[in-house]
Amino acid sequence: MSPDAIVESARPELETAARKAEARRGFFIALPAWAYLMVFFLVPLVIVFVYSFATRSSTGRTVLEGWNLDSYRRLFDPLVFDIFRRSFVLALITTVICLAVSYPFAYYIATRGPRVRNVLLVLVMIPFWSNFLVRTYAWKVLLGSDGPLSQLAQAMGGEPIRLLFTNTAVLIGLVYGFLPFMVLPLYAALERMDWSLVEAARDLYASGWQAFRRVTWPLSRPGVIAGSILVFIPALGAYVTPAILGGATDVLIGDYIVSQFLAARNQPFGAALSFGIMVVMLAGTVIYFRSGAKNA
Amino acid sequence: MRVAVEMQDVSKAFGDVHAVNDLNLAIEDGEFFSLLGPSGCGKTTTLRMIAGFEFPTSGSLKIHGVEMGLLPPNKRPVNTVFQSYALFPHMNVAENVGFGLRMKDVGKTEAEQRVKRALDMVQLSDRAEASSSQLSGGQQQRVALARALVNEPEVLLLDEPLGALDLKLRQAMQVELKVLQERVGITFIYVTHDQEEALTMSDRIGVMSGGRLLQVGTPEEIYERPSSRFVADFIGEINLLPASVVDHHSVRLLGGLVVKAETGAAAGQDVTMAVRPERLELYGPSEHIPDGLNRVEGSVIRRIYYGDVFYYEVDTPAGVVEVKEENRPGVELFHTADRVVVGWDQAATIVVAN
Amino acid sequence: MSAVGLRPKSPSERLLATNAWIVYAFFYAPILVLIVFSFNENNNVGIWTEPSLRWYRDVLSNDAVLNAIKISVIVAVISTLVSTVLGTMAALSLERFRYRGQRAFDGLVYLPIIIPDVTMAVMLLLFFAQGFQFLDSALGFRPSFGVTTISLSHIAFNISFVAVVVRARLGMMDPRLEEAAADLYASRWQTFRRVTLPLILPGVLGGALLALTLSLDDVVVTSFVAGPGATTLPVYVFGLVRRGVTPLINAISTLMLVASMVLVALSLGLQRTSRTRVTPIGDGQ
Repeated sequence: MSPDAIVESARPELETAARKAEARRGFFIALPAWAYLMVFFLVPLVIVFVYSFATRSSTGRTVLEGWNLDSYRRLFDPLVFDIFRRSFVLALITTVICLAVSYPFAYYIATRGPRVRNVLLVLVMIPFWSNFLVRTYAWKVLLGSDGPLSQLAQAMGGEPIRLLFTNTAVLIGLVYGFLPFMVLPLYAALERMDWSLVEAARDLYASGWQAFRRVTWPLSRPGVIAGSILVFIPALGAYVTPAILGGATDVLIGDYIVSQFLAARNQPFGAALSFGIMVVMLAGTVIYFRSGAKNA
Repeated sequence: MRVAVEMQDVSKAFGDVHAVNDLNLAIEDGEFFSLLGPSGCGKTTTLRMIAGFEFPTSGSLKIHGVEMGLLPPNKRPVNTVFQSYALFPHMNVAENVGFGLRMKDVGKTEAEQRVKRALDMVQLSDRAEASSSQLSGGQQQRVALARALVNEPEVLLLDEPLGALDLKLRQAMQVELKVLQERVGITFIYVTHDQEEALTMSDRIGVMSGGRLLQVGTPEEIYERPSSRFVADFIGEINLLPASVVDHHSVRLLGGLVVKAETGAAAGQDVTMAVRPERLELYGPSEHIPDGLNRVEGSVIRRIYYGDVFYYEVDTPAGVVEVKEENRPGVELFHTADRVVVGWDQAATIVVAN
Repeated sequence: MSAVGLRPKSPSERLLATNAWIVYAFFYAPILVLIVFSFNENNNVGIWTEPSLRWYRDVLSNDAVLNAIKISVIVAVISTLVSTVLGTMAALSLERFRYRGQRAFDGLVYLPIIIPDVTMAVMLLLFFAQGFQFLDSALGFRPSFGVTTISLSHIAFNISFVAVVVRARLGMMDPRLEEAAADLYASRWQTFRRVTLPLILPGVLGGALLALTLSLDDVVVTSFVAGPGATTLPVYVFGLVRRGVTPLINAISTLMLVASMVLVALSLGLQRTSRTRVTPIGDGQ
């Protein structure tokens, strides 16, 4: 190797300089995405925050003066609070049902042989990749009072089904829509598990149930947490599913926010609602993560 | 003899952790040099600094007289055989081996020839098309070797390459590597924590601990004349007995016994007297003990059978001593509680500082 | 490691299997009903009369639908391409480098995933509205809502999803492989092109597929930022659905389902051909 440049021996400053050059390289690779997200995500977020303090003129236009906390105060209105609570409870029930259904399901898949497992997974993937809107619409077809389910019930001597436009319909739609989001992380966590630990528990006199409770369940916690977040958050802010399957009464937060930008024309209030729900979700996610990390 | 790698006052710190401290080392061209030490001693860090994956915090590192400084690894005339082999999973054997040549824009025909020769050298020519995942551990290691050697580097760096292999295979590969190095003539710098490996393969060994180079020497020098307690203890089996210096030619052991040894130290200093188990001889009460030997009396605690040798644990006033005796037909066996005399040649006595 | 062979067919095993089959039925029954009724001659979705392709003919001659499809595809392709590149770069920078502000960037990348799409829709609507006002007063140039705003919005949330998927794949890859490449004289770019990229490609493609699906699925954000002129297929269908159930929607839905399944088949095919290990060989096998 020919020394065509004088290279000096090492000094702490040089080492630091090299490290800084490397850091700069990483920074520049991040820059395009960073810049994009700053402009098209952070700035919009700030704008929403600002708008939430603005005033609504009598004609429904947003006036960027007279900054006030009216919109936020309205968040604590019983009516609004009701909507929040209803959405929260619905999302919670959805998450719990998804978890209860998905866990045994994911467990079953994870404990099959590799060939069968792949086939079963593909069968889960197909609805997962299918259009969400279409899948929700399918329930509108099914649950209609002249729909196939209703006809089936009538053929069996029962009443026509009047589930459409009820909270139950929304619940079914949400569970159906978000089930894959719970199945996949659960499956990933269970598949990665070291099953010899379960065998060890059995060897130490644990029953099947005890082994599950004390070994499998705690070890699958990361999957449970990930799946719960992936279901709860979209369920809380759901708009499409309630819009298609839900009724006009029992408004949920998603539709409530959207209406502020359409019929109700109260953008500051809509902004406050959006920001509020975002803060709730962020806080919830962080708390949930932390609690999971602690007990994991 | 040309110096292949020269390190002067090289130190490496990761934040507050000093991985390597004031290393001074000169590795000669064509030698098989091992860096030996327990995990965390800094030997791998040192190797990585030569390769260019880490830069020294201070000090000079030269390869064949050329300062490396902050040169990145792809500009250095060295190649590395990684502990985990790091074979590219998406390439077959031939593509792996030819990777470096492709990066240096070596012509296609020449590259093909060189790859073929490298694979011949490690006896894997019939597996050129195989995917890396189809090979056994030993075969993968040889691919890694070929991949490095095909580039004809000035120095070859090996980071505990035999660690993942089972015992028999490892011993076979040790011989193969040594033969290969002698044939190819390239300087090998070999990092290991296995002192047996270092002893059998190296021309010289550098023993490291706590980021410092404790001793550099041939396997004989390291084994027969360790310069510190750590080196004495790390290499092979050894008895370490606390002692204090009487004068330049003798030390006093626990229990008051004075034995002959070369010390360079002042009287009264606390030292450790070390002697290898195989240099000790057990004598029964009625046996004649040759003159001039150091001797200590004791009783046998237990005898352990190793197939080719016996190990005796002997309780003496100076401490518990281990004696290795060959298992030869007709050799006298001692039993528990037998009174014996442990004798050894003064020349086999090593005195090291604590 | 799988638990195959752990237990014989106990009653709990049978229960699990039954549960699994019920879930699969739950997954597929609605879809199948939808498909079946798309071939129904009758106007009324619930009552089956005779098979017919009438609705499919309607769909393929419906200009509004065709236009919506066109715009959906344009938006999906643009947003997938851009977000895949940006998302992959973000993942690389987060996983392989260390620099100041990295933690903040990490949080920023994850944020869009956690935000509900109504909030996202509101954010982007106000952003564009405000931005257009500003551009109007400052430069006298007033852009309009349309394909551009939709694409920009889709990219905004897709970057994060691509980054998460690619990052997972990168995490599985041993950085020693990149060291080995450098040791063998590869420059940074060569290392990326010949070692890193081929090994993370399944992740990149997976992320791209996810971005494509999310773009084609999106209703809320798109409807907020689309403006009067442009409609994507899901938004159009959403409008139809709110007005009632017709077999026309069934037909469109079936076509959309088929398109999804083609995508799934493609991704599976890709996965099969690139079934390379991402960990280096030699870790004790």
